[in-house]
Amino acid sequence: MSIGSYDQVNNLHLDILREIGNSGAGNAATALSMMLDRRIEMAPPIVRLTPIADIANALGGPEVMVVGILCHLAGDLEGMMMFVLEQAFAHQIINQLLMREIYSYEDMDDMDFSAIREIGNIMAGAFATALASLTGLTIELDVPGIAIDMAGAIMNVPAVAFGTLGDYALYIEEDIIEGTQQLKSRLLLIPTLDSLNAIMRSLGFGA
Amino acid sequence: MSKTVIGISDLNIADPPGEGSVITYALGSCIAICLYDSVAKIAGMAHIMLPASKECPTDRNMKKFADTAAVELVRMMEMRGARRVRMKAKIAGGAQMFKVLSDAANIGRRNTQATKDILRSLLIPIVAEDTGDDFGRTVEFFSANGILQVRTAKMGNWEL
Repeated sequence: MSIGSYDQVNNLHLDILREIGNSGAGNAATALSMMLDRRIEMAPPIVRLTPIADIANALGGPEVMVVGILCHLAGDLEGMMMFVLEQAFAHQIINQLLMREIYSYEDMDDMDFSAIREIGNIMAGAFATALASLTGLTIELDVPGIAIDMAGAIMNVPAVAFGTLGDYALYIEEDIIEGTQQLKSRLLLIPTLDSLNAIMRSLGFGA
Repeated sequence: MSKTVIGISDLNIADPPGEGSVITYALGSCIAICLYDSVAKIAGMAHIMLPASKECPTDRNMKKFADTAAVELVRMMEMRGARRVRMKAKIAGGAQMFKVLSDAANIGRRNTQATKDILRSLLIPIVAEDTGDDFGRTVEFFSANGILQVRTAKMGNWEL
C-alpha cells in the first residue's frame, strides 16, 4: 500500500527509517571523529512520528536557542533534511576545531558559522549516503543553510513543509557522545510523499 | 493575570476580557493574527502556519491557514460579545529563517500577504505590523489595552 499522507506511516515504515537512521548515525560518527580528531559515538537513534505542534518542545522548549542546519534533497529523492543541535554542541565544535572558547551566540564570527555549516554538511552527507546506499537511489544535496534562533522558530521551517502533508513529522533523536558528554542533536527528515514511497518501494515494501 | 497559550495552528481569546492575555512562542514563518475590540476589551490571537486552505483541500484544520483561521477567530470573538466593526488587527511573524530558500519558497512572505488579504476582505484594519526579516518572535497580546509585546532572542524586545 502506498503512503497517501504522513498520518498513514506505520511501524514497519518507522522500522525501515530507524535502520536508515542507524546507518546514517554510524557514518556521521565516523566523519565527525575524523574532523574533530577524537572519538565520537552516536547514541542509537530514536525514530518517531511526532505531532508537528510538539516538535518545538524537543530541545527544552520553543524559546531555547538552537542551531538549525537545513539541506534540500534533490535527484531521485526530493524533500528536506534539517539538523537541530543544542548550542552547547555548536560551542564544543568551535572550541575543538578553531581552538577558541566561545560561550554565547554573540561571540560567534563568520569563521565559526562556517565551521558549523561544515559539520552540517558532513552530517547531511552521512545520512544521504546511508539512505542512498540502502535504497540504491540517487540523492543530491545543496549547500546547507544555517540559522541560530529560538527552537520553535527554526523547527517551524520543516513543520511548514510537513504542514501541507499532514500533522505529523518524522523525527529522529540522535545524541552525540563524546567522552562523558552527551550532546543533543535532532534530525527532521522530510521526504515528499512520492519520495517516501520511493524509499519503501526501493526496499521492497509497498506497491 | 491569566495567560492563555496559543499553540501552532491554534487560536483563542484572552480570558477574562480586559485582564488576561494571549501568548504564542517562537513564531518563525508563521503569523500571529491579533484582533482587538477596545470596547468589549476582547483580544484574540490565531497562530497560522500556511496561507490558504485551498492549497490543502483534504486538510480540515481551519486553525492552520490564514484565511480560515481569521474567519474562525472573528466568529469566536463575536460569540463572546465583540463586534467585527470595532476590531483592529496587529500582525507579527512571517520571518524567513533560512536564507537559502528561494524567494518563491518564502512562506513567511506568503503568510503575511494572505493575512493582509483576508483581513482586508473582513474589513478589519491593520494598525500595527512587525513581519519579515530573519529572526524568531514570541508575542503576547494584552486584552486590557490591545498592546502587542514582541520578544526576540537576538534583537531585543519591543511593543506594538
